[in-house]
Amino acid sequence: MRKFILPVYVITLRDLKKFFRQKSRLIGMIARPLTWLFLIGTGLNQVIKGGLGVSYIQFILPGILGMTILFSAMFSSISIVWDREFGFMKEILVTPVSRFSVAFGKIVSGTLVSTIQGVIIMAAAPFIGIRFTVFEALLLVVFVMIVSMCISAIGVFIASMIKSFESFNIIMNFIVMPMFFLSGAMYPINVLPAFMRYLMYLNPLSYGIDSFKHVMFVEFAHFHSDFSLFSDILLMVVFTLVSSILAAFAFNRQQKE
Amino acid sequence: MNAIEVKELYKSYDGVHAVNGISFEIGYGELFGFLGPNGAGKTTTINILCTLLKPSAGRVFIAGFDVSRESEKIREHIGLVFQETTLDNELTTFENLLFHAYLYGMSRYDAVRRIDEILSMIGMQNKKNELVKHLSGGMKRRLELIRGLLHKPRVLFLDEPTIGLDPQTRANVWAFIKEMKKIEGTTIFVTTHYIEEASDFDRIAIIDHGRIVAVGNPQKLINEMGRATVTFGATDSATVQTLLEHGMSGLGSGEYQIKTEDPDMFLKQMMNLSGLKINDFKINKPVLEELYISLTGSEIRDEYIDRPPKVRGHNR
Repeated sequence: MRKFILPVYVITLRDLKKFFRQKSRLIGMIARPLTWLFLIGTGLNQVIKGGLGVSYIQFILPGILGMTILFSAMFSSISIVWDREFGFMKEILVTPVSRFSVAFGKIVSGTLVSTIQGVIIMAAAPFIGIRFTVFEALLLVVFVMIVSMCISAIGVFIASMIKSFESFNIIMNFIVMPMFFLSGAMYPINVLPAFMRYLMYLNPLSYGIDSFKHVMFVEFAHFHSDFSLFSDILLMVVFTLVSSILAAFAFNRQQKE
Repeated sequence: MNAIEVKELYKSYDGVHAVNGISFEIGYGELFGFLGPNGAGKTTTINILCTLLKPSAGRVFIAGFDVSRESEKIREHIGLVFQETTLDNELTTFENLLFHAYLYGMSRYDAVRRIDEILSMIGMQNKKNELVKHLSGGMKRRLELIRGLLHKPRVLFLDEPTIGLDPQTRANVWAFIKEMKKIEGTTIFVTTHYIEEASDFDRIAIIDHGRIVAVGNPQKLINEMGRATVTFGATDSATVQTLLEHGMSGLGSGEYQIKTEDPDMFLKQMMNLSGLKINDFKINKPVLEELYISLTGSEIRDEYIDRPPKVRGHNR
């Protein structure tokens, strides 16, 4: 047990230390979602009639929160590819620790790093007129953690499948950006044509962002959310478990040919 | 059992043999050099010995454990220093070492004691809390070397430990490696491009096209080449007569030369003769580099065989 937990602890501690020491990355990771929120939100706020109790800038906050998690958890996991070629991960693969615990460690560290950023973005809510109680805030943090874990696990899975860092742009363009736009972050799912809706149903981020809407727009949730909170939570947990298991196995078998 | 035993090792990618049936043994406490041009199979071999790659055929035992079945056991007993730096620049010297110690299951108490011991041994105690990005290239290399030794491995693998360093730092790194070997008694397996650096290793193997073309003590291998020459300058006719009787041949302009496997022996023999009038003499012993070039035919070859395209069925 100690043999399994220790690497998880080491990887998490190392990633958190690096996260807080790389000021530019930290600032960038927080500046991007805030730029989106205030520039796009404010701009489109004038064009799009909010209606149904929520203005556009308020409508996209759950989406921006989802975006923050998506980028930071994905980045944290994809860094495995980099580390495998140039650093820490290469070193760790010749230590006697099990590959499962390394994969799990990366998922845990990605979850924590991205939850921290999610919480920082949550703090923007009062400035655009969204208020929640302490209980709702805590509930939101729990959802943020689940979504973070799910995305981190998907990231570890992808990182185990790709061989070099050159694939990074492909991942950004063909996985990360579609995941963001097809998640209900910028517009409600039900306004889309059927085939796009089905893609959204396959996207775990859709359920994550939907669960944020349930908490942020309590009284208007029935207008803005696409699924019931129960199905959001259930599907997120299922996605997280499946992707974690896939990630662990994919990571375990890599580089063994 | 030896520290490393390799028997008929093969590794092929798409039918191409990167390693083509090599065998060798390395005893405990030996400093063993693995030399060869790029693409000769060095990296593939070291990756197999370190359990990072699976062999296609053959048997490999490290510290008595079989790489095919006991890779986790082997990982506990080996240390590895890669060509590229694998330190975390954003972490301190101490953190880099501590995390490594944890991964080998050391307790915090043991780890801290060992880190202090090993840092003071190499005089880097004052860099303990320095971020690694502020260390010089030579210090980073030394830090990686002691990280490789931190968990007291039985075998330490060094893949091109001096690549990219300036000559003075290279010399320091070698002095350091030999010092550590003396103190810790670790078996050391080194690959290097800088042939001359291997001259005073216990043994070397030269690998080319996936096969071992020579293995043994470097000085002995050089002597076996028989390329040493002794040249005397003489004009006295009696002396010239004696030189010719001892198998030397004239080069013209009063120079007489012999090729011999053992130039020292030949000189001793000649010095014992009386009445020789030698004006001038020269001994030319071949260096390891010449042996290497004569065996491999080249110093430079493309990198590609060592790094074959990694093919995996489903993403093609």
